[in-house]
Amino acid sequence: MSIHQRTKSLAARHSDLSDTFFQLKVLNGRALNEARFPVFSEMIKPAGFADGKIKPTRVEIFQLNAGKLCNQTCAHCHVDAGPDRKAENMSRENFERCLDILRQYDIPTVDITGGAPEMNPNFRWFVSECHKLGKHVIDRCNLTIIVSNPKYRDLPQFFAENQVEITSSLPHYSARRTDSQRGDGVFDDSIEALQLLNAVGYGREGSGLKLNLVYNPTGTFLPGNQAALEADFKQQLQRKFGIQFNNLYAITNMPISRFLDYLIEHGQYETYMQSLLDAFNPGAVAGVMCRNTISVSWDGYLYDCDFNQMLDLKVAGAGTHLSEFDLAALENRDIVLNQHCYGCTAGAGSSCGGQVVE
Amino acid sequence: MSKKHYFDPEDLKKFGNIGAWQKPMADKFFAWYGEVFKEGALTEREKALIALAVAHTVQCPYCIDAYTSGCLEKGADEEQMMEAVHVAAAIRAGSSLVFSTQMMNHAGDLTM
Ligand code: SF4
Ligand code: SF4
Repeated sequence: MSIHQRTKSLAARHSDLSDTFFQLKVLNGRALNEARFPVFSEMIKPAGFADGKIKPTRVEIFQLNAGKLCNQTCAHCHVDAGPDRKAENMSRENFERCLDILRQYDIPTVDITGGAPEMNPNFRWFVSECHKLGKHVIDRCNLTIIVSNPKYRDLPQFFAENQVEITSSLPHYSARRTDSQRGDGVFDDSIEALQLLNAVGYGREGSGLKLNLVYNPTGTFLPGNQAALEADFKQQLQRKFGIQFNNLYAITNMPISRFLDYLIEHGQYETYMQSLLDAFNPGAVAGVMCRNTISVSWDGYLYDCDFNQMLDLKVAGAGTHLSEFDLAALENRDIVLNQHCYGCTAGAGSSCGGQVVE
Repeated sequence: MSKKHYFDPEDLKKFGNIGAWQKPMADKFFAWYGEVFKEGALTEREKALIALAVAHTVQCPYCIDAYTSGCLEKGADEEQMMEAVHVAAAIRAGSSLVFSTQMMNHAGDLTM
């Protein structure tokens, strides 16, 4: 079945928000922030970060955003990805640079995201090279790509051969909740893709092939308890479709890019920021993912996380491009913080691996 | 001056202030309330759905708003939420209709 796109990319709409400068202006709107939202770096001071700065622990995850091209245009996408974003895709040269770095340094995990990274012509070659280097590869797969075109239907087999861990978005086990965020038809295609993954062993006990789902709220509310959601998803997906998976990661929507656009359009920006602030959990600060991750953009620049990447906030205190990669300097940098960071510290915290505290 | 209309959504945010006039009772109420909605033999999602159904029965706009959000947060979808409201509605309807047995009994006494 084909997907009916939920929206258009901000870039295609020529929205002001496609300019990261404008997004940062909204997030740092002075009157609003001074009155109601304390600066994030101030907020973390009593949480054990007395100088208002966060430093990395160790770089364990090399997260690479292969590009903005995607077969979907989800309403909340923080990448502003879509089928129209053909220009922003990682070149072979930058992938080669990544491999050189991965060869040189002991960074155990390569986490590949996008867009739909599988649409990048270098994807399979890069994954196999990482596998040969003994790296643990995670692919952030939107699921529908697998059934979108016959040329992608053998992806599950390819993933299995390279022992790739699959982490896939499925905001709900109900079609309506899923399609309202991701586009009509996405749910049915996602279910078919999950069944194909299960068929080669993904998510099955004893197979060693990990299949994780990502839950994120399909609206302006915050995620509930991850373990409870996981139990519901497991029961319902098994009951309705015979689908199995390993872990469910509950992730908070970040107030940037298309979700920021959604918030502003629906007059919910302040309410949402307030709910993030009300749910601020000092105990979640130490677990934010930027402490063990380095994020690389399609054009080879380095960021603290995929969110900072989308706001074009490059790493500070170290070379900012793959060509100047210096692990020691990166591990000693100060992470660039801003008001969107409240998205990582609300409730049980939020990261690419879900909740950060129990 | 107080407002000229009832049920202002902003008032829901002031719920915590009820302690200003009777703190020990309010503290006990909120502590108990918190305990009630924790995961137990029922999941948090199931409890939120029950709360939503009861909110419709007592027709409290604050509770309806609060537990519409609560149900979504706990991972319920529209189908589950509407089914919960139907359960509440069915009990309301049934509890009226079941009294008709009394009407029928009494009418039986009165009529030939
Ligand atoms: S959220 Fe993921 S699947 Fe959806 S448009 Fe963005 S990159 Fe594509
Ligand atoms: S948004 Fe990025 S930089 Fe900010 S706390 Fe989260 S992971 Fe760290």
